[in-house]
Amino acid sequence: MTDAARAEAEAVLSAPPRTLWRDVWRQFRRHRGAMAGAVIFIAIGLLVTLGPQLHDIDPTAPNFRARNLGPTWAHPLGTDNIGRDSFAQLLHGGRVSLAVGLSAMTLSILLGTLIGILAGYFRRLDGPLMRLTDLFLALPLLPLLLVVIMLFRDPLRTAFGPETGIFLLIVFVIGITSWMQTARIVRGEVLALREREFVLAARSIGTRQHRILIRHILPNVVSPIMVAATLGIASAIITESALSFLGLGFPPDFPTWGRLIYDNKDFIQSAPERVLWPGLALALTVLSVNFMGDGLRDALDPRGRGR
Amino acid sequence: MLRYSLTRLASLTASLLVASLVIFLVLEVVPGDPAAFMLGLEADPETVAALRRALGLDAPAPVRYLDWLGGMLRGEFGLSYTYKVPVAELIADRLWISLPLALYALALSTLIAFPAGIVAAARRGGPADLAVMGTTQLGIAIPNFWFAMILVLIFAIKLRLFSAGGFPGWGDPLAAMKALTLPAIALALPQASILARIMRSSLIETLQEDYIRTARAKGLTPAQALWRHALRNALIPVLTIIGMQFSFLIAGAIIIENVFFLPGLGRLVFQAITQRDLMVVKNVAMLLVLAITLVTFAVDLAYAAVDPRLRRR
Repeated sequence: MTDAARAEAEAVLSAPPRTLWRDVWRQFRRHRGAMAGAVIFIAIGLLVTLGPQLHDIDPTAPNFRARNLGPTWAHPLGTDNIGRDSFAQLLHGGRVSLAVGLSAMTLSILLGTLIGILAGYFRRLDGPLMRLTDLFLALPLLPLLLVVIMLFRDPLRTAFGPETGIFLLIVFVIGITSWMQTARIVRGEVLALREREFVLAARSIGTRQHRILIRHILPNVVSPIMVAATLGIASAIITESALSFLGLGFPPDFPTWGRLIYDNKDFIQSAPERVLWPGLALALTVLSVNFMGDGLRDALDPRGRGR
Repeated sequence: MLRYSLTRLASLTASLLVASLVIFLVLEVVPGDPAAFMLGLEADPETVAALRRALGLDAPAPVRYLDWLGGMLRGEFGLSYTYKVPVAELIADRLWISLPLALYALALSTLIAFPAGIVAAARRGGPADLAVMGTTQLGIAIPNFWFAMILVLIFAIKLRLFSAGGFPGWGDPLAAMKALTLPAIALALPQASILARIMRSSLIETLQEDYIRTARAKGLTPAQALWRHALRNALIPVLTIIGMQFSFLIAGAIIIENVFFLPGLGRLVFQAITQRDLMVVKNVAMLLVLAITLVTFAVDLAYAAVDPRLRRR
C-alpha cells in the first residue's frame, strides 16, 4: 500500500462516523433556503432574548413627556401615544410570541404523536381515534377557541395570576386544536411500520408492546414529527397573533406582536409604522420557520440523501 | 354509487350528531350555569333566576339537548339574548354578506392559483417557478389580518380607491362588490398561496406518469400533453383542497370581517361570544359545522362519480 493510499484510508477511518443526523445536517446545510431560515430564526431568537438587556427600557412604562416620537437614538422606533418605547415593545412582544409558539407546538406535537401512534398501532383504537380527528377537523375551531378563552379566562386569571394564567390558557387552546395533522401523518407511518419484519422479529422474541412502541416504532417516525414540529411553530405563532388581534389574547400591558397590531390599529392613519413593524416581525419569523421546515423535509427524505 | 352515497350520508349524520353534542357540552354544560355565565360575574341572583326560566334551563341537560336538536330540525333556533330577535333571522341577514364574501375569495384564490401553479409546474426550476414559489411562501407567512390592514392603508387611506370598511347593502350591487373586494383579497391571499403550491406539486407528479410519456411518444407537444392529459388528473387533490378551504374561509372571515367592519356571520359570532350570547354562538357554530360537512360530502360524491375505484371503500 502506497503512502498516499494509506493516508487516504486513515482519513476515512478517522473521519466521524456517518450517522442519520449527520447526513441530515449535511443535506440541510446545502439547502440555501433552509440555512437562511435558520440564520434568521436564530437571529430573531437572540434579539428577543438578549435585546431587552441591551435596550433596557420598560416596554409598559408610559412617558407622557415623550409621546408619539419619531425614531431617535434613545427610541430607535419611536414611541406610541402614551410614550411607551416601540422598540422595547417589539422585543418583549417577540419573547412572548416565540414562547407561546414553542410551547403550543410542543403540546400539539405530543398530543398528535400519542394519538397517531395509538391509532396506527392498535387496530381497535384506529376507528374511534380517526373519527375524533375528523371531528376536530370539521369543527369550526376559531369560534370554539374564542368561547373556551371566554369561559376560562377569569378562573385561570385568579388561579395563576393574570399573565401566567392567560399564557397557559392560550398555549392550551392552541395545542388542543392543532394536533390533527400530526396525528394523521404519524398514524400513516405507524400503519406501514407495524407490518415490517423488525417489528415481527421484536414481537417474536417476546418484546412487550410498550417497548416495541418506544424502541422500535417511535424512532422511525421522528423525521415526519420533526417536520410537523417546525411547521407547527409557525402556525401557533400566527394563531396567537390572531387571538391577540381579536383582543382575546394577552392583557393590554403585556405586549405580543398580535397585541401590538391590535393596540395600534386605530393609529394606522397617523402612525402606520407602529402596525408595520410587528407585522413584519411576525411575517419574517413565520417565513424563516417555514423555510427551515422545507429544508428539513428535503434533508430527511431518503431519496435525496447521500448526494 | 347509490350504496356509497347512503353509507356516506349515514356517517355524515353521525358526525353531525357528535359535533352537536360537543358544541352543546362546551357551551352549556362546561360553564356550569349558562344563565350565570351570560350575565357575568356580578349579576343579581334574581335576574339570573329569571333568565334561567326564560331560557328553559330548569329542564335537565339531556332534555335541553334534545329540545335544541328538535328545534333545529324545525328551523327554530331560539331567541338571541342580546338582540331579542330569532337567531334564524339574524343568521339569514348575515349570510348575505358572508356567503358572497367566501365565494368571492374562493373565486379569486382559484383564479390566481391555477395559472400560477400550472406555469410553475410546466417551467419547473425556471424563473417563473422561482417567482411563484417565493411569492407563495410570503403569502403563507403574512398574517392575513395584517395584510388586510396594509390593503386598507394603501388602497383606502392613501389612494382612496376603496372605502376602509362597512357595507352599503345589496341595493347597489356594484358598490357592494366593491366593498367586498379588499376583504376578499385579504382572505384569498393565503388560500391562493397554498392552492398554487398544491397545484404545482400535483401537476409535476402527474407529468412524470407513463401515460404522459406515451402521449409525448405519439407526437404531442409538451403543452398539448399537459392540457389534454396531465391537467385533468392533477386536479383531483386540488379539488379536495378547494373543498377544505371553504372552512378556512369561514374561520378567516371572523378576523377579516372584524378588520373591515362587515356585518357578516363572522362578526355576528364574534360579538355574540364577547357578549356571551350563547344562543347565537351555539346555533352559528352548528350551522358552520353543517356547511363544512356538506361541502366535504359533496366533494366526496363528486370524486366517486369521477373515480369508480373510490366507491368500493
